[in-house]
Amino acid sequence: MSLTLEQVHRVAHLARIEISDAEAASTLGHLNEIFALIEEMQAVDTLGIEPMAHAQDLAQRLRADRVTESDQLAQRAAFQAIAPETEAGLYLVPKVIE
Amino acid sequence: MKQWEVVIGIETHAQLSTEAKIFSGSSTAFGAIPNLQANAVDIALPGVLPVLNRGAVECAIRFGLAVGAEIAPRSVFARKNYFYPDLPKGYQISQYEHPVVLGGKLVIQVGDTDQTVHLTRAHLEEDAGKSLHEGAGQHFQGRSGIDLNRAGTPLLEIVTEPDMRSSAEAVAYARALHALVRWIGICDGNMQEGSFRCDANVSVRPIGQPHFGTRREIKNLNSFRFMQQAIDYEVQWQIATLEDGGSIEQATVLFDPVTGETRAMRSKEDAHDYRYFPDPDLLPLAIDRQWVEQIRAQMPELPGAKRDRLMVDYGLSLYDAEVLTSSLELAGFYEAAVAIAGRSNAKACANWVMVDLAARLNKEEREIGDSPVSAEQLGGLIARIADGTISTNMARKVFDTLWNGEGGSADDIIASQGLQQITDHASLERLIDELLATNATMVAEFRAGKEKAFNALVGQAMKATRGKANPQQVNELLRRKLA
Repeated sequence: MSLTLEQVHRVAHLARIEISDAEAASTLGHLNEIFALIEEMQAVDTLGIEPMAHAQDLAQRLRADRVTESDQLAQRAAFQAIAPETEAGLYLVPKVIE
Repeated sequence: MKQWEVVIGIETHAQLSTEAKIFSGSSTAFGAIPNLQANAVDIALPGVLPVLNRGAVECAIRFGLAVGAEIAPRSVFARKNYFYPDLPKGYQISQYEHPVVLGGKLVIQVGDTDQTVHLTRAHLEEDAGKSLHEGAGQHFQGRSGIDLNRAGTPLLEIVTEPDMRSSAEAVAYARALHALVRWIGICDGNMQEGSFRCDANVSVRPIGQPHFGTRREIKNLNSFRFMQQAIDYEVQWQIATLEDGGSIEQATVLFDPVTGETRAMRSKEDAHDYRYFPDPDLLPLAIDRQWVEQIRAQMPELPGAKRDRLMVDYGLSLYDAEVLTSSLELAGFYEAAVAIAGRSNAKACANWVMVDLAARLNKEEREIGDSPVSAEQLGGLIARIADGTISTNMARKVFDTLWNGEGGSADDIIASQGLQQITDHASLERLIDELLATNATMVAEFRAGKEKAFNALVGQAMKATRGKANPQQVNELLRRKLA
């Protein structure tokens, strides 16, 4: 399997990464090398081996259902001090309309 | 003309009733000032890591047990990637290939028949924040305001198979699911606050066609009435389009309650390319048998089982049993009242709860949970009607007194206000003799054939006893004396 230039542009767009034609071409080369590596790995016989969802064969720890936050007004002020724009406690962003 | 079949599947987002968010220690309480309940994890500051809330997992297990589903011993969280300002990380943590709940089914009532809706899956995910737009007193200089209080609130997304064939079935399913999630205590079901939101996937096909038609998804139906209207409109629109020789494009549509129409959202051709992949920040979720069994042991009797038991144990009709098991609180109230009034008065208890109490609660827009008359008080009252201490009419007065908080128990009120029925035959007879002596005109009228005069005499007797006489007994005595 190998990617097309068009697919590289599409993935870049989905990830909101601006990419020039030259970058797209070199990225295509890199990605195709990775695909070649994956193809090589897929030649390994994995019959009967349970696929893993994570590189570490562990299960996650859980937290108790308890609110741990306090002094939220001060916390919000600290967060909003570094935000580009806020108003009435809201973060302002370029207009989004469905 | 072709006959069409409607095919509907429903996805529901139920907000789970946890104290804290699914991956952070922020509160999930509704109605806080903007961004007060949005901590570093919720607003996705660099370097933070999610830690899964055990309470959210328990809700998912409870749900799975309630619908007879498989609880996955291992499930996986995945990233669903898309860009929107109310999704600070640029992805939503959800479950994709390996959800926590697999299969299951819900029995719904459509008319008089039971039907089964099969579930595909239920998975845990986080909610997004809210985007606020200008208008209604908000001025953001042409920008949108973002409130991340809701970001990270735990959701259980419950997905059905395309098993429903009409808007009525879809609504019956949504109602049954709504009742169930509240019954098992995993979701408050508040649709105004968005705690329970449904999307309906709707398609039509000519009857007999084996494959499904192209579906359109109606998003964010937040009332049962809107669901019915939206599906009816959508079905009629799809049939009209196909009959005119058109075709249906797969799309996401919104329902406008003002016009009663559905319309396609601006086409977002990239929207469905979410590039899911397992979230490297979260190891698989392991649920062992022991944990599941522990939760199973704490589950309440489920609505269907309770309904059947009420019919068997108390001889209630299907209708009565259905109504009384519409919520866990109502069913609990009813059974507590029966426990006091006695099993032989189970039917009377059902009537009082479903008629008198329900009407009063309705009128004052109260829920059963804050009824001023407790189940014990009502049961005590019904017991006194059953043993003849008071008449049903008197009982209504006692009920009012209890409702107004002016008495501890029916017995106290009956004693302090002297409301016991006069069942003592001799004293009632004396009273009626006096009555006949002082109302000679009425007696004469009755003897002349005026039935009205008889009713007037009964009225006089009831008045003289301040309603405490047993009307039937008065009737019989009068008839005998006047014969």
